[in-house]
Amino acid sequence: MVSEKNRPSKILRFLMPYLVLVFCIGIWQAIAMSGWFLPDLLPSPVAVFQATLELGQNGILFQHILASLVRVFAGFGLAVLVAVPMGFVLGRYRRLQEAFNPIIQILRPISPIAWIPLAILWFGIGDKPAIFIIFITTFFPVLVASITSVRNIEPIYVKTAVNFGASDRDILIKIILPATFPHVFVSLRIALGTAWVIIVAAEMVGMRSGLGFLILDARNFLRTDMVVAGMLTIGLVGFALDRIMVSIENRIRKRWGYKHVHIFGF
Amino acid sequence: MSTYSDSEKQPMQKIIIDNLSKNYSADAGKLDAALDTTNLAILDGEFFCILGPSGCGKSTLLNILAGFVQPTSGSVSIDGMPHTHPDPRFVMMDQEFGLFPWLTVLENVKFGLEIKHADKREQDRIAHQFIDLVHLHGFEDRHPFELSGGMKQRVALARTLSVNPEIIFMDEPFNALDMVMRIGLQDEIIRLWTEHDKTIVFVTHDIEESIYLADRIAIMKNSPGRIEKVIKVELDRPRSRDSDSFYKLKNKILREITL
Repeated sequence: MVSEKNRPSKILRFLMPYLVLVFCIGIWQAIAMSGWFLPDLLPSPVAVFQATLELGQNGILFQHILASLVRVFAGFGLAVLVAVPMGFVLGRYRRLQEAFNPIIQILRPISPIAWIPLAILWFGIGDKPAIFIIFITTFFPVLVASITSVRNIEPIYVKTAVNFGASDRDILIKIILPATFPHVFVSLRIALGTAWVIIVAAEMVGMRSGLGFLILDARNFLRTDMVVAGMLTIGLVGFALDRIMVSIENRIRKRWGYKHVHIFGF
Repeated sequence: MSTYSDSEKQPMQKIIIDNLSKNYSADAGKLDAALDTTNLAILDGEFFCILGPSGCGKSTLLNILAGFVQPTSGSVSIDGMPHTHPDPRFVMMDQEFGLFPWLTVLENVKFGLEIKHADKREQDRIAHQFIDLVHLHGFEDRHPFELSGGMKQRVALARTLSVNPEIIFMDEPFNALDMVMRIGLQDEIIRLWTEHDKTIVFVTHDIEESIYLADRIAIMKNSPGRIEKVIKVELDRPRSRDSDSFYKLKNKILREITL
């Protein structure tokens, strides 16, 4: 009886996000058609959809998405490979962490965008400066999360492992990795999201491809429909990246007996 | 060493604590209680309780015995050998269980065997044997967060027993449990101790618990933390918690503590 009664509200709850989405697009379309703004300043959803198809048909959109993704994953991957082990070492040895702390704390608040001029001077034009920027974007948050999560491991885990005769390698693999996983993985997920935000800015400055370049290039030709198409693509790909990270996280969490992450959105 | 003619009946001294003391320098910010000069011998196969109020240094003493804390002076020897570092033959069980939340019950119990690089099939066999022994059959694939406090302590017990330690150090292991579970696990530990021939050093602040479990009880006191007296519990096993002799002993220890 109760579940019968709940059914309509469950369906509504499932549909609601889509309804709100459609409603917002409708308002956008209505404003675009009202004539308050020039079509060049506010392209309508229909025009954006057509621009997306146009970009999609000749494969240009896909190429730009791929260019951005390659840079993000290269920079992100490199940064994780350096930051996580470094964080584990600094987290384990307090003296070392104290020694490195000032330099980390001073470099950390510098926006990755501020690195762009040097990045271009150092690495020229191409993928390398973008990868460097993404490295900087990812490195510090992941490093800090790794340090703090190692330092906050329950001492009893290590104590118990040592009592059973665990070597340093056993402690790293069997204790530190799984114990720090929840905290470190959240930082990876946030860092990947930030990297996706930053790559667009980096590509607007010194790149000849990527979604950031696409947006800037479209603006130069006054194709605001393509600008918005590029923006929405960034949003959708970013959303997909986050969703993939959550599903990986939940898969590992399930294996390691942690509770599932609740995802925001629909 | 012994002057007894029937020396075969005399149990061996397993742990010898010689002029042991521990000071924590004030600036180290340590909260652990200090320990005044202590001498003690614990016998092989003995169930030895250390009874005292909080802050009397009983946990400090236990952590030194297990090799986790270095004494300021004096020494501990086990089987005649100096003992200074943690050793899988002498396993500590803490109040907080020390179960790994990312491992299942089975994986937790196998942990010590894995570290020893025991044969994989042997690991499974031994782990299942001890899981059955602590009545956790059917819970092998659960994670610790799905278990009650009592069940967690059983897992910790199975994990400890699976590496076949000679000595088990227990630091108020049943503290976090309610009364019913506590009594159940006290019976369990006595059963396992009787069947498996271990030396157990058991820290508690519960007088009845110490009388129910121990062959001998060391009564500790505060400031400075020290062993005041060692009492032999001359009650037959299995013990009854409501016999006259039980109460008499309880009152005797109470008087000793409040003196």
